[in-house]
Amino acid sequence: MTDTAEITKQVKEIVVEHLGVEEAKVTETASFIDDLGADSLDTVELVMAFEEKFGIEIPDDAAEKITTVKDAIDYIQKQKSA
Amino acid sequence: MFRLDGKAALVTGASGGIGSAIARTLHAQGAAVGLSGTREEVLAALAAELGDRAHVLPANLSDPAAPDGLIAAAEAAMGGVHILVNNAGFTRDGLALRMKDEDWQAVLDVDLTAAFRLSRAALKGMLKRRAGRIIGISSIVGITGNPGQVNYAAAKAGLIGMSKALAAEVAARGVTVNCIAPGFIATPMTDALTEEQKSALSGRIPLGRLGTPEDIAAACLYLASDEAGWITGTVLHVNGGMAML
Repeated sequence: MTDTAEITKQVKEIVVEHLGVEEAKVTETASFIDDLGADSLDTVELVMAFEEKFGIEIPDDAAEKITTVKDAIDYIQKQKSA
Repeated sequence: MFRLDGKAALVTGASGGIGSAIARTLHAQGAAVGLSGTREEVLAALAAELGDRAHVLPANLSDPAAPDGLIAAAEAAMGGVHILVNNAGFTRDGLALRMKDEDWQAVLDVDLTAAFRLSRAALKGMLKRRAGRIIGISSIVGITGNPGQVNYAAAKAGLIGMSKALAAEVAARGVTVNCIAPGFIATPMTDALTEEQKSALSGRIPLGRLGTPEDIAAACLYLASDEAGWITGTVLHVNGGMAML
């Protein structure tokens, strides 16, 4: 559940579902806003979806730094292994 | 036009005159209604009158935890909240010079802060569905002011500002946020006035009478409907022409 591959899979699923983008576009380096067409409200909703899915709290200052798929995966992994 | 079949509406302050009229009207147009308020027996009687699609959801909105709980209960009972009507409110009048902090705060807490908390909680589902209606029942005094009501006027003006900011934030998701600003409405409170007082009051209203709860409910139905989908961040003044804004 907490291994990187599983977190990556789940993060990508949330991004695909929420932003309605093709799975192929959701690469780890993809930026939510620049590459995946998210607006500021989308990024807030994504953070809330991550919080719900992974049972963690992502404070605002950390949320601001989560701008790519990889940022999200790294942050969640760090929280889950802490 | 203006049918609400398949929609679920949560109405706060549904035990009051305006709130119950709103609930009846939305229900008559096909919506499921969540009836919230503090007087459970009044809500139960209204639910019994409406029959199917009516849910009693008591809540004391002066409790900071109540709004989240109420939205969760409404979503559980009705499968979602498509329409939120922030109608709950009360007055605690007094001239500013003598107004106690707690009388200021109590009115702000329920009339404004609870409306924000309810909106925030209801928005999560609305944003996901890419549709929703949030309607705040403000007041003419939020625009014009009224002696003895610094707290109520501030809360009702605040509701308008909050709605506009929120409307801008969520417009891209198909969620609209609007306010209704009622003028003088005939309620048990105005029933206590003498005929002379009532006619003096009516004399200040170009349309020549006090408003009814149904006048407000009709405006609310309109803003709740699909037909009002291109209206957001506005204030619908329903005051018989008393203030032409």
